[in-house]
Amino acid sequence: MELDAIPYLPRGVRLHFDKVRDTWVLLAPERAITLDQVGQAILSELDGTRSFGQITDDLAAKYNAPKDQIVQDSAGFLKALRDRRFLEVQ
Amino acid sequence: MALDRSAIRPPIAMLAELTHRCPLSCPYCSNPVELTRINSELDTETWQSVFKQAGELGVLQLHLSGGEPASRRDLETLVTSARDAGLYTNLITSGIGLTERRLKALDEAGLDHIQLSLQGTDAPMADQIGGYKGGFDRKMKVAEWIADIGFPLTLNAVLHRRNLHQLPRALEMAVEMGARRIEVATVQFHGWALKNRDTLMPTREQAREADRIVSEARAALKGTLVIDYVPADYHSDFPKRCMGGWGTTGLNVAPDGKVLPCHAAETIPHLQFDNVRDKSLSDIWYYNSAFQAYRGTDWMSEPCQSCERKTVDFGGCRCQAMAIVGDASATDPVCIKSPHHGALQAQADAHASVADAPLVYREAPGKESEPAE
Repeated sequence: MELDAIPYLPRGVRLHFDKVRDTWVLLAPERAITLDQVGQAILSELDGTRSFGQITDDLAAKYNAPKDQIVQDSAGFLKALRDRRFLEVQ
Repeated sequence: MALDRSAIRPPIAMLAELTHRCPLSCPYCSNPVELTRINSELDTETWQSVFKQAGELGVLQLHLSGGEPASRRDLETLVTSARDAGLYTNLITSGIGLTERRLKALDEAGLDHIQLSLQGTDAPMADQIGGYKGGFDRKMKVAEWIADIGFPLTLNAVLHRRNLHQLPRALEMAVEMGARRIEVATVQFHGWALKNRDTLMPTREQAREADRIVSEARAALKGTLVIDYVPADYHSDFPKRCMGGWGTTGLNVAPDGKVLPCHAAETIPHLQFDNVRDKSLSDIWYYNSAFQAYRGTDWMSEPCQSCERKTVDFGGCRCQAMAIVGDASATDPVCIKSPHHGALQAQADAHASVADAPLVYREAPGKESEPAE
């Protein structure tokens, strides 16, 4: 994911808090993906206006963690979502 | 024996067969041969209660199916209730019965996703298989409305010996319609399809060709179109992981409220099913004997019991073991380790070489024996 790319969840893909299993999930056609903390933190920041770079800047500040680490931790996850068309980029 | 409920995970998906009524009469319909009549269908309030119970039980994905779910006049109301229950709502439809106005109402109700079936890539094929003249043209119109509204779309191409040559065109159509996903589903031989094996069974060559086309298209269309593929079952060497494992992932509610571990489970004669009219969905999921019957691996005999794949495919499809071997607890005969594998492959080749067998169409529920309303 390029830092200036603006990722967003397309229609039909949404975050949902699963009360029964006490976890965040990403709901998409025929799929329910359990999210870990990093996944949930990134996806809940997607607003269709801020770039991946800005979002990871904000998360780095919020969690007092190195930005490089956040970018690295989320790159594979976001690519997998993109390949399944659960994530789009403007 | 008291059951240990903590060992059973809640279900993720529920297939709600709202009705068995359908304008089409596809010869591979997955509905049971014994169809539910309209006057036995659950009413709106009961379905609404079932959706609420499903959400509380842990269901995340709701598939609204049939028959043709658009044959239910209360479909829009049901979608609203399902969303209120926290469910992701997927409409599985032929498109027939949907108008632009109804699609807009479904949009307002919060419908998440549409799965549109494809019986063929042109009118002559599609209308012959669906047994409904004008169905293909209507479906193409519905696909335009779906795209205009912006619904996420999956195209569900059902393939068999008569139309497998249309697979490349089906993939193109999915891209043209703006679908993000296509299901390339080779007919599975349950329900009405069992009556049509002589005319629908793909040849081994067709099955291999479809494998190749799908594999190439997956590479070429990566990031554009996701392809989920159900290969020709009888020509495979390992069975499908049916229902993700019996009683582990999903459940099916029939039009009359009967709750089944899979849509074909009624073909296993000794199973006893419960109904949402009598019991809660939670009680049925955790305690009904039909759900317990093939959960986990304790029920397995050899060659499954000592097999390293026993938690990969759970011995395959119970209904297929019943239909082919006559024993629902046998290894699915598709499996290369089954003593019946060779016979099944020979049977598949025999079905595939029958020339000019007629299509046996699905009938309408209760038409002959019941007067029209």
